[in-house]
Amino acid sequence: MDAAPPIVKLQNVTKRYGDGPVVLSGVELEVRPQDFVSLIGPSGCGKSTVLKLISGLSPWTSGSVAVLGRMPRQARDRQAFIFQDATLLPWLTARRNVEVPLRLRGVGAVERETKARNLLQRVGLDAVQDYYPRQLSGGMKMRVSIARALTLEPELLLLDEPFGALDEMTRQRLNEELLALREQWRFAAVFVTHSVAEAVFLSNRIIVMAANPGRIHREVAVDFPYPRRDALRETAEFQAKVNEVSRLLHAVEEGVRR
Amino acid sequence: MKKLPTWWMWGLPVASGALCVALWYAIKAIWGVSDWLLPTPWQIVEAAVHEQGRLLPAMLSTGQGALAGFLLASVSGFGVALVLAASRRLHAAIYPWILVLQMTPLIVLAPIMNIWIGPGLKGIVAVTWLISYFPIVANTTQGMLSADMNHVALFRMCNASRWQELWLLRVPAAMPAFLTGLRIAAALAPVGAIFGEYLVGNAAGGSGGLGFLVYSYNTQIKIPALFATALASCLLGFVFVAGVAFLNWAVLHKWHDSFERNDH
Repeated sequence: MDAAPPIVKLQNVTKRYGDGPVVLSGVELEVRPQDFVSLIGPSGCGKSTVLKLISGLSPWTSGSVAVLGRMPRQARDRQAFIFQDATLLPWLTARRNVEVPLRLRGVGAVERETKARNLLQRVGLDAVQDYYPRQLSGGMKMRVSIARALTLEPELLLLDEPFGALDEMTRQRLNEELLALREQWRFAAVFVTHSVAEAVFLSNRIIVMAANPGRIHREVAVDFPYPRRDALRETAEFQAKVNEVSRLLHAVEEGVRR
Repeated sequence: MKKLPTWWMWGLPVASGALCVALWYAIKAIWGVSDWLLPTPWQIVEAAVHEQGRLLPAMLSTGQGALAGFLLASVSGFGVALVLAASRRLHAAIYPWILVLQMTPLIVLAPIMNIWIGPGLKGIVAVTWLISYFPIVANTTQGMLSADMNHVALFRMCNASRWQELWLLRVPAAMPAFLTGLRIAAALAPVGAIFGEYLVGNAAGGSGGLGFLVYSYNTQIKIPALFATALASCLLGFVFVAGVAFLNWAVLHKWHDSFERNDH
Protein backbone atom coordinates (compact mmCIF):
# COMPACT_ATOMS: atom_id res chain seq x y z
CA MET A 1 0.00 0.00 0.00
CA ASP A 2 1.28 3.44 -0.78
CA ALA A 3 0.76 6.39 1.53
CA ALA A 4 -1.49 8.39 -0.79
CA PRO A 5 -5.04 8.57 0.54
CA PRO A 6 -7.71 6.69 -1.42
CA ILE A 7 -9.87 8.80 -3.71
CA VAL A 8 -12.95 8.06 -1.62
CA LYS A 9 -13.29 6.38 1.74
CA LEU A 10 -16.62 5.73 3.43
CA GLN A 11 -16.48 4.12 6.85
CA ASN A 12 -19.57 2.78 8.59
CA VAL A 13 -21.69 5.51 7.04
CA THR A 14 -25.30 5.99 8.10
CA LYS A 15 -27.67 8.49 6.53
CA ARG A 16 -31.13 9.58 7.57
CA TYR A 17 -33.11 12.55 6.36
CA GLY A 18 -34.28 14.16 9.61
CA ASP A 19 -36.39 11.68 11.55
CA GLY A 20 -37.20 9.69 8.43
CA PRO A 21 -36.22 6.09 7.77
CA VAL A 22 -32.56 5.08 7.57
CA VAL A 23 -31.49 5.57 3.95
CA LEU A 24 -28.00 4.13 4.28
CA SER A 25 -26.66 1.85 6.97
CA GLY A 26 -23.11 0.70 7.69
CA VAL A 27 -21.74 1.53 4.26
CA GLU A 28 -18.04 0.79 3.73
CA LEU A 29 -16.51 1.81 0.44
CA GLU A 30 -13.03 2.61 -0.73
CA VAL A 31 -12.40 3.94 -4.21
CA ARG A 32 -8.79 3.80 -5.34
CA PRO A 33 -7.13 5.69 -8.18
CA GLN A 34 -8.15 4.30 -11.59
CA ASP A 35 -11.18 2.56 -10.10
CA PHE A 36 -14.42 2.55 -12.02
CA VAL A 37 -16.99 1.58 -9.41
CA SER A 38 -20.62 1.02 -10.34
CA LEU A 39 -23.38 1.10 -7.77
CA ILE A 40 -26.40 -0.98 -8.71
CA GLY A 41 -29.47 -2.01 -6.77
CA PRO A 42 -33.23 -1.71 -6.42
CA SER A 43 -34.76 1.75 -6.15
CA GLY A 44 -34.58 3.06 -2.63
CA CYS A 45 -31.24 1.40 -1.91
CA GLY A 46 -29.58 4.78 -1.53
CA LYS A 47 -27.14 4.53 -4.42
CA SER A 48 -27.70 8.11 -5.49
CA THR A 49 -27.41 9.19 -1.88
CA VAL A 50 -23.88 7.76 -1.79
CA LEU A 51 -22.95 10.17 -4.60
CA LYS A 52 -24.52 13.08 -2.74
CA LEU A 53 -22.46 12.28 0.35
CA ILE A 54 -19.22 12.01 -1.62
CA SER A 55 -19.88 15.30 -3.42
CA GLY A 56 -20.75 17.07 -0.18
CA LEU A 57 -24.18 18.03 -1.52
CA SER A 58 -25.78 16.26 1.41
CA PRO A 59 -24.44 15.59 4.94
CA TRP A 60 -24.17 12.09 6.42
CA THR A 61 -25.58 11.16 9.83
CA SER A 62 -22.79 9.04 11.32
CA GLY A 63 -19.55 7.37 10.28
CA SER A 64 -17.04 9.16 8.08
CA VAL A 65 -16.71 10.21 4.47
CA ALA A 66 -13.38 11.37 3.06
CA VAL A 67 -12.44 12.39 -0.46
CA LEU A 68 -8.71 12.50 -1.14
CA GLY A 69 -8.23 12.50 2.62
CA ARG A 70 -10.34 15.62 3.05
CA MET A 71 -13.90 16.53 3.89
CA PRO A 72 -16.01 16.15 0.72
CA ARG A 73 -16.72 19.88 0.49
CA GLN A 74 -13.01 20.67 0.66
CA ALA A 75 -12.36 18.30 -2.22
CA ARG A 76 -15.00 19.65 -4.58
CA ASP A 77 -12.46 21.20 -6.90
CA ARG A 78 -11.06 17.72 -7.58
CA GLN A 79 -14.38 16.07 -8.45
CA ALA A 80 -17.18 16.62 -10.95
CA PHE A 81 -20.80 15.50 -10.93
CA ILE A 82 -22.75 14.34 -13.97
CA PHE A 83 -26.48 14.34 -13.37
CA GLN A 84 -29.21 12.14 -14.72
CA ASP A 85 -30.42 14.79 -17.09
CA ALA A 86 -27.71 16.84 -18.71
CA THR A 87 -28.50 19.95 -16.58
CA LEU A 88 -27.28 22.31 -19.27
CA LEU A 89 -28.21 25.95 -18.78
CA PRO A 90 -30.78 26.47 -21.56
CA TRP A 91 -29.81 30.10 -22.15
CA LEU A 92 -26.20 29.25 -23.00
CA THR A 93 -24.82 27.62 -26.14
CA ALA A 94 -23.11 24.24 -25.90
CA ARG A 95 -19.70 25.88 -25.74
CA ARG A 96 -20.69 28.38 -23.11
CA ASN A 97 -22.17 25.58 -21.03
CA VAL A 98 -18.85 23.79 -21.12
CA GLU A 99 -17.20 27.03 -20.01
CA VAL A 100 -19.36 27.37 -16.90
CA PRO A 101 -17.02 25.67 -14.36
CA LEU A 102 -14.09 27.71 -15.72
CA ARG A 103 -16.11 30.89 -15.56
CA LEU A 104 -17.06 30.21 -11.95
CA ARG A 105 -13.35 29.88 -11.23
CA GLY A 106 -12.55 33.20 -12.84
CA VAL A 107 -10.64 31.79 -15.82
CA GLY A 108 -10.26 34.38 -18.60
CA ALA A 109 -12.47 34.36 -21.68
CA VAL A 110 -9.80 33.35 -24.20
CA GLU A 111 -8.53 30.40 -22.19
CA ARG A 112 -12.11 29.33 -21.47
CA GLU A 113 -13.03 29.32 -25.11
CA THR A 114 -9.95 27.41 -26.22
CA LYS A 115 -10.46 24.77 -23.59
CA ALA A 116 -14.18 24.39 -24.28
CA ARG A 117 -13.57 24.11 -28.02
CA ASN A 118 -11.02 21.38 -27.51
CA LEU A 119 -13.25 19.42 -25.17
CA LEU A 120 -16.26 19.64 -27.45
CA GLN A 121 -14.11 18.49 -30.33
CA ARG A 122 -12.98 15.58 -28.18
CA VAL A 123 -16.58 14.45 -27.58
CA GLY A 124 -17.43 14.83 -31.27
CA LEU A 125 -19.52 17.98 -31.06
CA ASP A 126 -17.37 20.25 -33.20
CA ALA A 127 -20.24 21.20 -35.47
CA VAL A 128 -22.79 22.17 -32.83
CA GLN A 129 -20.71 24.31 -30.46
CA ASP A 130 -22.93 27.33 -30.94
CA TYR A 131 -26.24 25.46 -30.69
CA TYR A 132 -28.53 25.98 -27.74
CA PRO A 133 -29.42 22.91 -25.64
CA ARG A 134 -32.95 22.69 -27.02
CA GLN A 135 -31.48 22.19 -30.49
CA LEU A 136 -29.44 19.17 -29.34
CA SER A 137 -30.49 15.51 -29.05
CA GLY A 138 -30.40 13.73 -25.69
CA GLY A 139 -27.10 12.04 -26.51
CA MET A 140 -25.51 15.31 -27.62
CA LYS A 141 -26.63 17.05 -24.44
CA MET A 142 -25.07 14.32 -22.36
CA ARG A 143 -21.81 14.68 -24.32
CA VAL A 144 -21.81 18.40 -23.55
CA SER A 145 -22.40 17.54 -19.90
CA ILE A 146 -19.43 15.16 -19.92
CA ALA A 147 -17.23 17.77 -21.60
CA ARG A 148 -18.27 20.27 -18.94
CA ALA A 149 -17.37 17.82 -16.17
CA LEU A 150 -13.90 17.36 -17.65
CA THR A 151 -13.01 21.06 -17.87
CA LEU A 152 -11.37 21.11 -14.46
CA GLU A 153 -9.62 17.78 -15.03
CA PRO A 154 -11.17 16.06 -12.02
CA GLU A 155 -9.61 13.09 -10.27
CA LEU A 156 -13.05 11.76 -9.47
CA LEU A 157 -16.15 11.69 -11.61
CA LEU A 158 -19.53 11.04 -10.00
CA LEU A 159 -22.22 9.91 -12.44
CA ASP A 160 -25.85 9.53 -11.41
CA GLU A 161 -27.57 7.36 -14.05
CA PRO A 162 -26.27 9.65 -16.77
CA PHE A 163 -27.42 7.50 -19.69
CA GLY A 164 -30.69 6.25 -18.20
CA ALA A 165 -32.91 8.33 -20.45
CA LEU A 166 -31.10 7.48 -23.70
CA ASP A 167 -31.88 4.78 -26.24
CA GLU A 168 -29.82 1.60 -26.15
CA MET A 169 -27.64 2.43 -29.16
CA THR A 170 -26.71 5.87 -27.87
CA ARG A 171 -26.13 4.47 -24.40
CA GLN A 172 -23.64 1.88 -25.66
CA ARG A 173 -21.84 4.49 -27.77
CA LEU A 174 -21.52 6.80 -24.82
CA ASN A 175 -20.28 3.94 -22.61
CA GLU A 176 -17.42 3.40 -25.01
CA GLU A 177 -16.72 7.09 -25.33
CA LEU A 178 -16.63 7.48 -21.57
CA LEU A 179 -14.00 4.74 -21.29
CA ALA A 180 -12.02 6.32 -24.10
CA LEU A 181 -12.05 9.66 -22.31
CA ARG A 182 -10.86 7.92 -19.18
CA GLU A 183 -7.82 6.62 -21.03
CA GLN A 184 -6.78 10.22 -21.48
CA TRP A 185 -8.01 11.92 -18.31
CA ARG A 186 -7.38 9.06 -15.88
CA PHE A 187 -10.17 9.91 -13.51
CA ALA A 188 -11.67 7.48 -11.03
CA ALA A 189 -15.44 7.10 -11.34
CA VAL A 190 -18.39 6.22 -9.19
CA PHE A 191 -21.28 5.37 -11.45
CA VAL A 192 -24.89 4.80 -10.46
CA THR A 193 -26.94 2.76 -12.92
CA HIS A 194 -29.92 0.44 -13.33
CA SER A 195 -28.38 -1.42 -16.22
CA VAL A 196 -26.34 -4.51 -15.40
CA ALA A 197 -24.79 -4.68 -18.88
CA GLU A 198 -23.68 -1.08 -18.60
CA ALA A 199 -22.14 -1.69 -15.17
CA VAL A 200 -20.26 -4.76 -16.38
CA PHE A 201 -18.99 -3.02 -19.50
CA LEU A 202 -17.72 0.05 -17.67
CA SER A 203 -16.52 -1.02 -14.26
CA ASN A 204 -13.73 -2.95 -12.65
CA ARG A 205 -15.86 -3.18 -9.51
CA ILE A 206 -19.62 -3.49 -9.14
CA ILE A 207 -21.25 -2.88 -5.79
CA VAL A 208 -24.66 -4.52 -5.49
CA MET A 209 -26.79 -2.72 -2.95
CA ALA A 210 -29.92 -3.73 -1.03
CA ALA A 211 -32.76 -1.57 0.20
CA ASN A 212 -34.59 -0.96 3.51
CA PRO A 213 -32.20 0.15 4.83
CA GLY A 214 -29.82 0.92 1.96
CA ARG A 215 -26.66 -1.13 2.39
CA ILE A 216 -23.94 -2.90 0.43
CA HIS A 217 -24.91 -6.46 -0.37
CA ARG A 218 -21.97 -7.78 -2.35
CA GLU A 219 -19.05 -6.60 -4.42
CA VAL A 220 -18.26 -8.17 -7.78
CA ALA A 221 -14.89 -7.73 -9.48
CA VAL A 222 -14.87 -7.33 -13.26
CA ASP A 223 -11.44 -8.20 -14.55
CA PHE A 224 -11.68 -7.53 -18.28
CA PRO A 225 -8.66 -5.44 -19.19
CA TYR A 226 -9.03 -1.82 -20.31
CA PRO A 227 -9.30 -0.42 -22.92
CA ARG A 228 -12.54 -2.28 -23.54
CA ARG A 229 -14.14 -2.30 -26.94
CA ASP A 230 -17.65 -2.94 -28.14
CA ALA A 231 -16.75 -6.51 -29.12
CA LEU A 232 -16.45 -7.37 -25.43
CA ARG A 233 -20.23 -7.35 -25.15
CA GLU A 234 -20.49 -10.36 -27.44
CA THR A 235 -18.12 -12.61 -25.49
CA ALA A 236 -19.34 -15.48 -23.33
CA GLU A 237 -17.32 -14.19 -20.37
CA PHE A 238 -19.13 -10.86 -20.55
CA GLN A 239 -22.50 -12.59 -20.65
CA ALA A 240 -21.50 -14.81 -17.70
CA LYS A 241 -20.60 -11.72 -15.67
CA VAL A 242 -23.89 -10.04 -16.56
CA ASN A 243 -25.72 -13.18 -15.42
CA GLU A 244 -23.79 -13.30 -12.17
CA VAL A 245 -24.65 -9.70 -11.31
CA SER A 246 -28.25 -10.13 -12.45
CA ARG A 247 -28.67 -13.12 -10.15
CA LEU A 248 -27.34 -11.12 -7.22
CA LEU A 249 -29.67 -8.29 -8.08
CA HIS A 250 -32.70 -10.59 -8.27
CA ALA A 251 -31.79 -12.13 -4.95
CA VAL A 252 -31.56 -8.67 -3.40
CA GLU A 253 -34.86 -7.61 -4.90
CA GLU A 254 -36.61 -10.64 -3.48
CA GLY A 255 -35.02 -9.95 -0.12
CA VAL A 256 -33.28 -13.34 -0.12
CA ARG A 257 -29.84 -13.52 1.44
CA ARG A 258 -27.52 -15.77 -0.53
CA MET B 1 -50.00 23.41 -27.92
CA LYS B 2 -49.76 23.54 -31.70
CA LYS B 3 -49.32 26.97 -33.15
CA LEU B 4 -52.09 28.38 -35.34
CA PRO B 5 -51.36 29.40 -38.93
CA THR B 6 -50.74 33.13 -39.31
CA TRP B 7 -54.00 33.66 -41.16
CA TRP B 8 -55.98 32.37 -38.17
CA MET B 9 -53.87 34.38 -35.72
CA TRP B 10 -55.12 37.58 -37.38
CA GLY B 11 -58.47 36.37 -38.68
CA LEU B 12 -59.92 34.96 -35.47
CA PRO B 13 -59.67 38.07 -33.26
CA VAL B 14 -61.06 40.22 -36.11
CA ALA B 15 -63.97 37.77 -36.51
CA SER B 16 -64.74 37.71 -32.77
CA GLY B 17 -64.52 41.52 -32.70
CA ALA B 18 -66.94 41.77 -35.63
CA LEU B 19 -69.31 39.42 -33.83
CA CYS B 20 -69.26 41.69 -30.75
CA VAL B 21 -70.04 44.77 -32.89
CA ALA B 22 -72.94 42.91 -34.51
CA LEU B 23 -74.21 41.90 -31.07
CA TRP B 24 -73.88 45.52 -29.98
CA TYR B 25 -76.14 46.73 -32.80
CA ALA B 26 -78.56 43.85 -32.15
CA ILE B 27 -78.90 44.74 -28.46
CA LYS B 28 -79.54 48.37 -29.34
CA ALA B 29 -82.18 47.38 -31.93
CA ILE B 30 -83.96 44.77 -29.78
CA TRP B 31 -84.20 46.77 -26.55
CA GLY B 32 -84.14 50.19 -28.14
CA VAL B 33 -81.27 51.44 -25.98
CA SER B 34 -80.88 55.19 -26.46
CA ASP B 35 -77.72 56.66 -27.98
CA TRP B 36 -76.72 58.66 -24.91
CA LEU B 37 -76.72 55.49 -22.76
CA LEU B 38 -74.98 53.30 -25.33
CA PRO B 39 -73.76 54.98 -28.49
CA THR B 40 -73.26 52.89 -31.60
CA PRO B 41 -69.70 51.85 -32.49
CA TRP B 42 -69.91 54.12 -35.50
CA GLN B 43 -70.78 57.12 -33.30
CA ILE B 44 -67.73 56.31 -31.15
CA VAL B 45 -65.51 56.28 -34.23
CA GLU B 46 -67.02 59.58 -35.29
CA ALA B 47 -66.39 61.03 -31.83
CA ALA B 48 -62.81 59.77 -31.93
CA VAL B 49 -62.23 61.48 -35.28
CA HIS B 50 -63.96 64.64 -34.14
CA GLU B 51 -62.01 64.79 -30.87
CA GLN B 52 -58.67 63.72 -32.32
CA GLY B 53 -57.24 67.16 -31.68
CA ARG B 54 -57.60 66.50 -27.94
CA LEU B 55 -57.31 62.71 -27.89
CA LEU B 56 -53.95 62.38 -29.67
CA PRO B 57 -51.99 64.86 -27.53
CA ALA B 58 -53.69 63.34 -24.46
CA MET B 59 -52.56 59.86 -25.52
CA LEU B 60 -49.03 61.13 -25.94
CA SER B 61 -49.10 62.80 -22.54
CA THR B 62 -50.54 59.72 -20.81
CA GLY B 63 -48.06 57.56 -22.69
CA GLN B 64 -45.17 59.55 -21.24
CA GLY B 65 -46.43 59.18 -17.67
CA ALA B 66 -47.17 55.50 -18.21
CA LEU B 67 -43.76 54.85 -19.75
CA ALA B 68 -41.90 56.62 -16.95
CA GLY B 69 -43.89 54.75 -14.28
CA PHE B 70 -43.45 51.46 -16.11
CA LEU B 71 -39.68 51.88 -16.46
CA LEU B 72 -39.41 52.86 -12.81
CA ALA B 73 -41.47 49.80 -11.82
CA SER B 74 -39.32 47.53 -14.04
CA VAL B 75 -36.02 48.68 -12.61
CA SER B 76 -37.17 48.85 -8.99
CA GLY B 77 -39.17 45.61 -9.29
CA PHE B 78 -36.15 43.76 -10.65
CA GLY B 79 -33.90 45.24 -7.97
CA VAL B 80 -36.25 44.32 -5.15
CA ALA B 81 -36.63 40.79 -6.54
CA LEU B 82 -32.85 40.48 -6.59
CA VAL B 83 -32.65 41.45 -2.93
CA LEU B 84 -35.50 39.09 -2.01
CA ALA B 85 -33.89 36.19 -3.84
CA ALA B 86 -30.43 36.90 -2.39
CA SER B 87 -31.41 36.63 1.25
CA ARG B 88 -34.10 34.59 2.95
CA ARG B 89 -33.98 36.95 5.93
CA LEU B 90 -34.58 40.04 3.82
CA HIS B 91 -37.31 38.13 2.01
CA ALA B 92 -39.03 37.37 5.30
CA ALA B 93 -38.56 40.96 6.48
CA ILE B 94 -39.66 42.81 3.35
CA TYR B 95 -42.07 40.69 1.34
CA PRO B 96 -45.12 40.98 3.65
CA TRP B 97 -44.82 44.77 3.51
CA ILE B 98 -44.63 44.77 -0.26
CA LEU B 99 -47.87 42.80 -0.17
CA VAL B 100 -49.39 45.32 2.24
CA LEU B 101 -48.49 48.14 -0.12
CA GLN B 102 -50.10 46.22 -2.96
CA MET B 103 -53.26 45.54 -0.93
CA THR B 104 -53.78 49.15 0.09
CA PRO B 105 -56.42 50.55 -2.29
CA LEU B 106 -54.96 52.94 -4.83
CA ILE B 107 -57.91 55.24 -4.27
CA VAL B 108 -56.54 55.79 -0.75
CA LEU B 109 -52.90 56.06 -1.78
CA ALA B 110 -53.44 58.43 -4.70
CA PRO B 111 -54.57 61.44 -2.61
CA ILE B 112 -51.67 60.77 -0.23
CA MET B 113 -49.32 60.81 -3.22
CA ASN B 114 -50.97 64.04 -4.27
CA ILE B 115 -50.16 65.59 -0.90
CA TRP B 116 -46.63 64.19 -0.68
CA ILE B 117 -45.42 64.57 -4.22
CA GLY B 118 -47.80 67.17 -5.53
CA PRO B 119 -49.88 67.11 -8.70
CA GLY B 120 -48.50 66.78 -12.20
CA LEU B 121 -46.26 64.26 -13.89
CA LYS B 122 -44.42 63.16 -10.73
CA GLY B 123 -47.64 62.19 -9.01
CA ILE B 124 -48.88 60.38 -12.12
CA VAL B 125 -45.62 58.43 -12.36
CA ALA B 126 -45.92 57.52 -8.68
CA VAL B 127 -49.43 56.14 -9.12
CA THR B 128 -48.38 54.23 -12.25
CA TRP B 129 -45.46 52.77 -10.34
CA LEU B 130 -47.74 51.74 -7.47
CA ILE B 131 -50.05 49.82 -9.77
CA SER B 132 -47.38 48.09 -11.86
CA TYR B 133 -44.45 47.21 -9.57
CA PHE B 134 -46.08 44.25 -7.85
CA PRO B 135 -46.48 41.78 -10.74
CA ILE B 136 -42.83 42.42 -11.61
CA VAL B 137 -41.57 41.85 -8.07
CA ALA B 138 -43.75 38.79 -7.48
CA ASN B 139 -42.99 37.08 -10.79
CA THR B 140 -39.28 37.81 -10.84
CA THR B 141 -38.76 36.70 -7.24
CA GLN B 142 -40.64 33.49 -7.93
CA GLY B 143 -38.54 32.92 -11.05
CA MET B 144 -35.27 33.44 -9.20
CA LEU B 145 -36.27 31.16 -6.35
CA SER B 146 -37.45 28.36 -8.61
CA ALA B 147 -34.17 27.83 -10.48
CA ASP B 148 -33.63 24.14 -11.28
CA MET B 149 -32.29 22.32 -8.18
CA ASN B 150 -29.80 20.36 -10.27
CA HIS B 151 -28.44 23.61 -11.70
CA VAL B 152 -28.03 24.90 -8.17
CA ALA B 153 -26.24 21.66 -7.24
CA LEU B 154 -23.97 22.08 -10.26
CA PHE B 155 -23.04 25.59 -9.12
CA ARG B 156 -22.42 24.38 -5.57
CA MET B 157 -20.18 21.60 -6.91
CA CYS B 158 -18.16 24.29 -8.67
CA ASN B 159 -17.85 26.25 -5.42
CA ALA B 160 -19.76 29.16 -6.93
CA SER B 161 -20.14 32.20 -4.70
CA ARG B 162 -23.58 33.44 -3.75
CA TRP B 163 -23.24 36.30 -6.21
CA GLN B 164 -22.22 33.99 -9.01
CA GLU B 165 -25.20 31.80 -8.25
CA LEU B 166 -27.44 34.85 -8.34
CA TRP B 167 -26.05 36.51 -11.49
CA LEU B 168 -25.12 33.55 -13.61
CA LEU B 169 -27.93 31.20 -12.61
CA ARG B 170 -30.91 32.75 -10.86
CA VAL B 171 -31.14 35.96 -12.90
CA PRO B 172 -31.11 34.29 -16.34
CA ALA B 173 -33.38 31.51 -15.04
CA ALA B 174 -35.85 34.19 -13.94
CA MET B 175 -35.97 35.95 -17.33
CA PRO B 176 -39.18 34.25 -18.54
CA ALA B 177 -40.91 35.07 -15.24
CA PHE B 178 -39.55 38.62 -15.28
CA LEU B 179 -40.94 39.12 -18.78
CA THR B 180 -44.32 37.74 -17.70
CA GLY B 181 -44.30 40.31 -14.90
CA LEU B 182 -43.40 43.03 -17.40
CA ARG B 183 -46.27 41.99 -19.66
CA ILE B 184 -48.81 42.32 -16.84
CA ALA B 185 -47.24 45.62 -15.76
CA ALA B 186 -47.33 46.89 -19.35
CA ALA B 187 -51.08 46.35 -19.54
CA LEU B 188 -51.52 48.04 -16.15
CA ALA B 189 -49.24 51.04 -16.68
CA PRO B 190 -51.56 53.10 -18.94
CA VAL B 191 -54.45 52.28 -16.60
CA GLY B 192 -52.37 53.54 -13.69
CA ALA B 193 -51.36 56.70 -15.56
CA ILE B 194 -54.96 57.53 -16.49
CA PHE B 195 -56.07 56.86 -12.93
CA GLY B 196 -53.27 59.08 -11.70
CA GLU B 197 -54.26 61.87 -14.08
CA TYR B 198 -57.87 61.56 -13.02
CA LEU B 199 -57.00 61.82 -9.34
CA VAL B 200 -53.85 63.90 -9.08
CA GLY B 201 -52.87 65.02 -12.52
CA ASN B 202 -55.63 67.29 -13.74
CA ALA B 203 -55.03 69.94 -11.11
CA ALA B 204 -51.78 70.85 -12.80
CA GLY B 205 -52.68 73.26 -15.54
CA GLY B 206 -55.45 71.02 -16.77
CA SER B 207 -53.84 70.18 -20.08
CA GLY B 208 -53.34 66.58 -18.83
CA GLY B 209 -53.80 63.29 -20.56
CA LEU B 210 -56.62 60.82 -21.10
CA GLY B 211 -57.46 60.83 -17.40
CA PHE B 212 -58.24 64.53 -17.62
CA LEU B 213 -60.34 63.97 -20.76
CA VAL B 214 -62.37 61.36 -18.87
CA TYR B 215 -63.03 63.98 -16.21
CA SER B 216 -63.83 66.63 -18.79
CA TYR B 217 -66.10 64.50 -21.06
CA ASN B 218 -67.87 63.10 -18.02
CA THR B 219 -68.84 66.52 -16.72
CA GLN B 220 -69.94 67.53 -20.25
CA ILE B 221 -71.88 64.25 -20.62
CA LYS B 222 -70.14 63.58 -23.95
CA ILE B 223 -70.78 59.85 -23.83
CA PRO B 224 -69.44 58.83 -27.29
CA ALA B 225 -66.28 60.85 -26.57
CA LEU B 226 -65.94 59.00 -23.27
CA PHE B 227 -66.09 55.71 -25.15
CA ALA B 228 -63.55 57.07 -27.60
CA THR B 229 -61.25 57.85 -24.69
CA ALA B 230 -61.59 54.24 -23.55
CA LEU B 231 -60.66 53.17 -27.07
CA ALA B 232 -57.61 55.44 -27.00
CA SER B 233 -56.41 54.03 -23.67
CA CYS B 234 -56.80 50.48 -25.00
CA LEU B 235 -54.67 51.45 -28.00
CA LEU B 236 -52.05 52.82 -25.64
CA GLY B 237 -52.14 49.56 -23.65
CA PHE B 238 -51.63 47.61 -26.88
CA VAL B 239 -48.56 49.67 -27.72
CA PHE B 240 -47.08 48.84 -24.31
CA VAL B 241 -47.92 45.15 -24.50
CA ALA B 242 -46.52 44.98 -28.04
CA GLY B 243 -43.30 46.58 -26.79
CA VAL B 244 -42.92 43.94 -24.11
CA ALA B 245 -43.83 41.17 -26.56
CA PHE B 246 -40.93 42.34 -28.73
CA LEU B 247 -38.59 42.41 -25.73
CA ASN B 248 -39.80 38.92 -24.82
CA TRP B 249 -38.99 37.66 -28.28
CA ALA B 250 -35.58 39.39 -28.30
CA VAL B 251 -34.53 37.86 -24.98
CA LEU B 252 -36.02 34.37 -25.23
CA HIS B 253 -36.44 33.26 -28.83
CA LYS B 254 -33.00 31.71 -29.13
CA TRP B 255 -33.23 29.39 -26.17
CA HIS B 256 -36.62 29.24 -24.53
CA ASP B 257 -39.06 26.39 -25.19
CA SER B 258 -41.95 28.78 -25.74
CA PHE B 259 -40.34 29.65 -29.08
CA GLU B 260 -39.87 26.03 -30.12
CA ARG B 261 -40.58 25.47 -33.78
CA ASN B 262 -43.42 23.12 -34.72
CA ASP B 263 -41.33 20.85 -36.88
CA HIS B 264 -38.77 20.21 -34.17
